[in-house]
Amino acid sequence: MSAGTVTPDRSRLAPERESFWPLVHAEWTKFRTVRGWVIAVGVAIAAITVGAFLGTDVSGGCAGGHAASGAASAAACPAQPTGPGGEPVQDVFYFAHQPVTGNGTITVQMTSLTGQFIVGTSNGGWRAAPGGLQPWSKAGIIIKQNTSQGSAYAAMIVTGSNGVRMQWDYVNDTPGLAGRVSASAPRWLRLVRHGATITGYDSADGTHWTPVGTATLPGLTSTVQAGLFAAGTSIESYPADLRGAGVPDNFGAQATGVFRHIRLSWPATGWTGTNIGGAGPNENGAPLPGTLRRGAGTLTVAGDGDISPAAGNAYSGNGHSLQRALAGTFVGLIPLIVVAAMFITAEYRRGLIRVSLTAAPRRGRLLAAKAVVIGAVGFVAGLAAAALALAAGTPLLRRAGGLAWPVSLLTEARMAAGTGALLAVAAVLALAIGTIVRRSALAVAVVIVVVVVPYLLAFGPLPGSQPQGSGPGGGGGWPLQITPAAAMSLQQAVPQFHQLIAVYPLQAGYYPLAPWAGLAVECAWAAAALALAYYLLRRRDA
Amino acid sequence: MNLTGQALKAEWTKYRTVAGPSWLLAGVVALTVAIGVAEASVTHCLSAACGIDPATVSFTGIYPGQAVAAVAGVLAIGNEYSTGMIKLSLTAMPQRLTWFLAKATVLTAPVLTASALAVAGAALAGRLILPGHGFTAAHGYASLTSATDVRAAAGAVLYLALIALLSLGLAAAARDPAAAIGLVLGLLYLFPLAAAVISNPALARHLDQIGPLPAGLDAQATIGVKGLPLAPWQGLGVTAAWTAGALLLGALALTLRDA
Repeated sequence: MSAGTVTPDRSRLAPERESFWPLVHAEWTKFRTVRGWVIAVGVAIAAITVGAFLGTDVSGGCAGGHAASGAASAAACPAQPTGPGGEPVQDVFYFAHQPVTGNGTITVQMTSLTGQFIVGTSNGGWRAAPGGLQPWSKAGIIIKQNTSQGSAYAAMIVTGSNGVRMQWDYVNDTPGLAGRVSASAPRWLRLVRHGATITGYDSADGTHWTPVGTATLPGLTSTVQAGLFAAGTSIESYPADLRGAGVPDNFGAQATGVFRHIRLSWPATGWTGTNIGGAGPNENGAPLPGTLRRGAGTLTVAGDGDISPAAGNAYSGNGHSLQRALAGTFVGLIPLIVVAAMFITAEYRRGLIRVSLTAAPRRGRLLAAKAVVIGAVGFVAGLAAAALALAAGTPLLRRAGGLAWPVSLLTEARMAAGTGALLAVAAVLALAIGTIVRRSALAVAVVIVVVVVPYLLAFGPLPGSQPQGSGPGGGGGWPLQITPAAAMSLQQAVPQFHQLIAVYPLQAGYYPLAPWAGLAVECAWAAAALALAYYLLRRRDA
Repeated sequence: MNLTGQALKAEWTKYRTVAGPSWLLAGVVALTVAIGVAEASVTHCLSAACGIDPATVSFTGIYPGQAVAAVAGVLAIGNEYSTGMIKLSLTAMPQRLTWFLAKATVLTAPVLTASALAVAGAALAGRLILPGHGFTAAHGYASLTSATDVRAAAGAVLYLALIALLSLGLAAAARDPAAAIGLVLGLLYLFPLAAAVISNPALARHLDQIGPLPAGLDAQATIGVKGLPLAPWQGLGVTAAWTAGALLLGALALTLRDA
């Protein structure tokens, strides 16, 4: 029959049934009238809130940046100095300084920056080994409030492989001239103080100057310390041949900078050398004391340590990440996933799906309405539970040793709203998988496996899964990069810094992805599952 | 043929004539081997003191694989409830305990087979990949097929079967498959999650001792066995105790309650 094809008569939907929101209202009514589902969401909220009490139980002695696992040691945490903003900092370096009063300028030319490893020996001493110039090894000029750790400062710095930088008050970093320093490519550095404002300049020839950055250091006193410094900084890669048996795990690097044409606009009073933070085998500061050597027209400054924020494993205080207050998130996720999957699979099981699709023949709209309802339920439940958990957990953590980092209101809001988003997207994912497989047990298992198990693997005794690499977003940690569990990064309360190479361990609350990147990964999973669910719902008989 | 034999034959006929269970068991094998291969190929032992357990690496897939085994266990009885078949089954076999035991037995044999295949595949993958990643004699891994490794593999096979039976018991108690799988996976995964996020080491160790998952995984360790929260067979014993408890609960619920 090729001829006479007739377009079948299709009835039109009544105008009021074209509207989307009555459908959402109908689905909401379905949801709220099933007592078991409402109870399960209540259980999810309660579990996350109660989790704050379990997560903030940090009575296992000094954990600091490293969760004390297995070997229980109640050793006292070393004190971590705090910077002007209340943040924990590393402030260990060698400082050749003199007191200066009022406004003025310091200018130098740097012709060399070299480095060497400082290796701990089995008898408790230290020896030097070649090859220790690190990406963030630093030497340069600095204006600092005083010589106590954590005081305000601004510095112009030549680094190992990150060019010239201006850094101030530990967390701020701005790039200047790129490239390495050498005798044939010297770097001129200048700091100009005007009241509480310090401006940094750099130059390749000493005549053409470029402003790099301007730091405002509130409360800077009239008399400050100005001078030259060197700090070996944290280790990126430690050569395997130095890691012989019997060598303790502690090691460091020393940086040596050569300075010429040193000019101060203030009256000169002579250089004093100080190891900021102390130095020597029995000190908490640098392993080896720094040195100041005078040559013909040069000053050579060598020092260990670092001037940086104390994030990742650089933090050794006894504070904890605020994320501990949200430790119950997974306990809450499981009942929510069960409810979200059942929101559609129960329709298949009871045959209600045929009534639903008769009432809403546009199948995609039915799926969308269900996604809106279950997503909203997940978001509100997550937001409310996280707000309660943060409110309960913050004072508990303060009592147990404090927070590792001050947490801004904005970060707290992101953690709470992020927990809501994490739960909402997981619920939509469960709904979509439930639509695809139509069997509740299988849907629940699939979603729990892709959302919960990766987090467990990342924490487990499996080195390949752990985010261990150095630097923010370091290598490894695949479970928290490619699965929906990546969205746990929304709960990260502690910051990472590009100018600090450190291990950022999961146990201390660091994730391999940035918060919004983690959420994007989870959303991609949910979107893909929804697309497949939409396709199958339209193609299949109900 | 006596009553038990008839019950076994009937349950076996039900089990083998539905496609779902075979797909689930194939899923257990595929997931366990695939994740094991993935983890082994990103793991490197760089020095003699790296302290990485090659069996733990190879058997990483047990973590997600057991969820599929749990689904197989839940659906073995949950499908009877969700389709209403249970009424017919109990009419034909009024001795509910006999029926339940036949159900458990019929589930055990294919799950053990799938579990053995999954563990053998994962172990073989580890044996092929890991020596090239620094798990060599020079780093203290003389052989990857010693008696300890055989014990770890046997422990892993038994573990998966125990999880399927645990799920069967809880599904009989909960009746609803979705609630049952939520309960089982919560029971499995929440103990190690809680142990990982709390920093009180004494409490974490206790959680690792009483949780069915972490205790059962102790049977898969091949290095550092002395430092484990439980001895290997003790650990599997804890899992077996959870399974026995769940089966007892399921049997009680089945005999005391209307279907």
